[in-house]
Amino acid sequence: MAPFAYSSPIEAVWHYLHRLICGAVLLFLIAPILVIIPLSFNSVPFFTYPMPGLSLRWYEEFFLTSRWQGALYNSIFIAVLVTLLSTVLGTLAALGLSRPNFPWRTAVMSLLISPMIVPVVIKAVAVYFFYADIGLLNSYTGLILAHTTMATPYVVIAVTATLIGFDHSLTRAAAGLGAPPITIFFKVTLPLIVPGMISGSLFAFLTSFDEVVIALFIAGAEVRTLPRVMFSGIREQISPTITAAATVLILFSVVMLTSTELLRRRSQRLRGIRDT
Amino acid sequence: MAIMAVQSASNLDGMLLRIKLQRVERRRKLRAFTLVLPLLLLNLIAFVSPIGRMMFNAIHDDTLLTLMPRTTAALSAWDGKDLPSESAYAALAEDLKQAWAQKTSGVIGTRINYELPGASGEVASSARQASTLSAAPYKAALIEISPLWGQRGVWSLLKRGHSAYTAYYLLRSVDYQYGPDSRIVASPPEYAVFRDVFLRTLGISVGVTAATLLLGFPVAYLLARLPLMTSNMLMIMVVLPFWTSGLVRTTAWVILLQEHGLINDMLMALHIISQPAALIYNRIGTVITMTYIQLPFTLLPIYSVMKTISPSYIRAARSLGAGPFYAFWKVYFPQSLPGIAAGCLLTFIVCLGYYLTPALVGGPRDQMVASFVAYYTNEELNWGMASALGAILLAATLLLYYVYNKLVGVDQLKLG
Repeated sequence: MAPFAYSSPIEAVWHYLHRLICGAVLLFLIAPILVIIPLSFNSVPFFTYPMPGLSLRWYEEFFLTSRWQGALYNSIFIAVLVTLLSTVLGTLAALGLSRPNFPWRTAVMSLLISPMIVPVVIKAVAVYFFYADIGLLNSYTGLILAHTTMATPYVVIAVTATLIGFDHSLTRAAAGLGAPPITIFFKVTLPLIVPGMISGSLFAFLTSFDEVVIALFIAGAEVRTLPRVMFSGIREQISPTITAAATVLILFSVVMLTSTELLRRRSQRLRGIRDT
Repeated sequence: MAIMAVQSASNLDGMLLRIKLQRVERRRKLRAFTLVLPLLLLNLIAFVSPIGRMMFNAIHDDTLLTLMPRTTAALSAWDGKDLPSESAYAALAEDLKQAWAQKTSGVIGTRINYELPGASGEVASSARQASTLSAAPYKAALIEISPLWGQRGVWSLLKRGHSAYTAYYLLRSVDYQYGPDSRIVASPPEYAVFRDVFLRTLGISVGVTAATLLLGFPVAYLLARLPLMTSNMLMIMVVLPFWTSGLVRTTAWVILLQEHGLINDMLMALHIISQPAALIYNRIGTVITMTYIQLPFTLLPIYSVMKTISPSYIRAARSLGAGPFYAFWKVYFPQSLPGIAAGCLLTFIVCLGYYLTPALVGGPRDQMVASFVAYYTNEELNWGMASALGAILLAATLLLYYVYNKLVGVDQLKLG
């Protein structure tokens, strides 16, 4: 928006100053992420520019040494199971909640969303005490369970969002035409909520894949996840392999962001909402 | 007669229909509830009940009651004025003998040590020596073994131990404790650290919230008024960091802020400073990194509210003769207030619970409440303190979320 023809000089100066401030803030937002990526190709173990040469040695270390590789496998394994569990549980819950006149809807919804609200340290400590009692410390099961409770709110929210304005006469029409409930679900409901399910499950995956605090509290030596290895890497001596790991994670986020955006558009198109 | 019969028949039909409808309705509700049930159960078992137990741990401690049953029982008649009678000492000797035999003197010592620092060694050695005591009088013998048993403080502590509930941990969290006569007194200055920690947490959170508002408001204003294509392009620069893991973003700042990191290099190359500035492991680094992480949280709600403000209001104000700043301040700004409130409140709430970032880019003087919860859980193994601090943090968070919910609605929490 150019300054109006009738604007005073002060206004024009202010206009460009505003642009300048915005440019600086946007740079502040994006630069740290962009700066870290080239550093992961540095041939020497320093974190400064100019870089003396390019190399893939940090990626080699990230993908080929057992310390990082094991952590990556663990993280993916845990995140995949968490995604499956939380998508199924979250979708079912969202379907139930969006049925007309569900009893105590607000209360149940707040309860299901609460894991998103409680500070992560509180969750970690509470789960730590709980697992110490029932012997789930240092186990895959424990970590998967804890991550699943953290990830389900995202699925519930995402699927509920696609069910807003859901036309229940569609399912009634299908039922009236003689379709059994299972067929109705797979042929009518599912195609409409799939975008929400996928974006919710991507969020669930990311939640588990990035989670470090709970892993620090309850996962022992065998269940080392990628963020945990990164955390101790930053704390002890920071090696450039961390920049390679960070780059991989950033790439992950970009892919996720793009896919959810595409899905959101598809979902809006399917439900006949014009993108405004 | 005939008419009445028809009427009652139709009444009956109506009643039957109503009952049938009710039944169908109930079955529907039940089916909807069944769908929610698995997740509800998981949440109740693996999330709500552990947190409830943690809250309970903050006020519940039966260490002394279970491990020193005779002493705590014997003290129920004690008036707390002088040292207790010989019978209490005899009970103590019995309890110490049992503790020595069952190797629980360490646990008892740790518990007493929380309130009487330095007592844990005394308890352990008393237990060892008490195991050789065989006959009365125990009072003189025990005071001989350790002067600890000649102090009123330990006895009133043991008397309080008769109840499985204690306010000690919550009191300590706000820098109070029990005096030797069980009255509540301020903690001695060397232990009174928590009020400082809470104030620091509040201070950092307020500072970071203000910084994100200051940086985020102009950008939200610009993005809301640019043509859609351009603003969508620029929006990527806001949303991408929002989607990147907090750990990665913190890592980026660890690398940038280091002594020989990029920022120091740049500032030195520009001759702004001659020696590397201390940017990391202090308050500056913590606030910069937290502001960076929270900026999208504040910006996005402001943006979505500004999106709904029609530009024609400003134009109307201008055409009626308002100056540009007056028009902005009197017309635009008040309409953006709901977004500002939502964004700032959300950032403030999230800031209160920060753990990771202060741990990685802060120094010892920048650790917030959450770090102390972690410290008491993992290092000190004082679960009562961890629970009490956690309970206070959780209560504050939930209270603020209640306000947020009244103001904005939790359903409005956006995914990105």
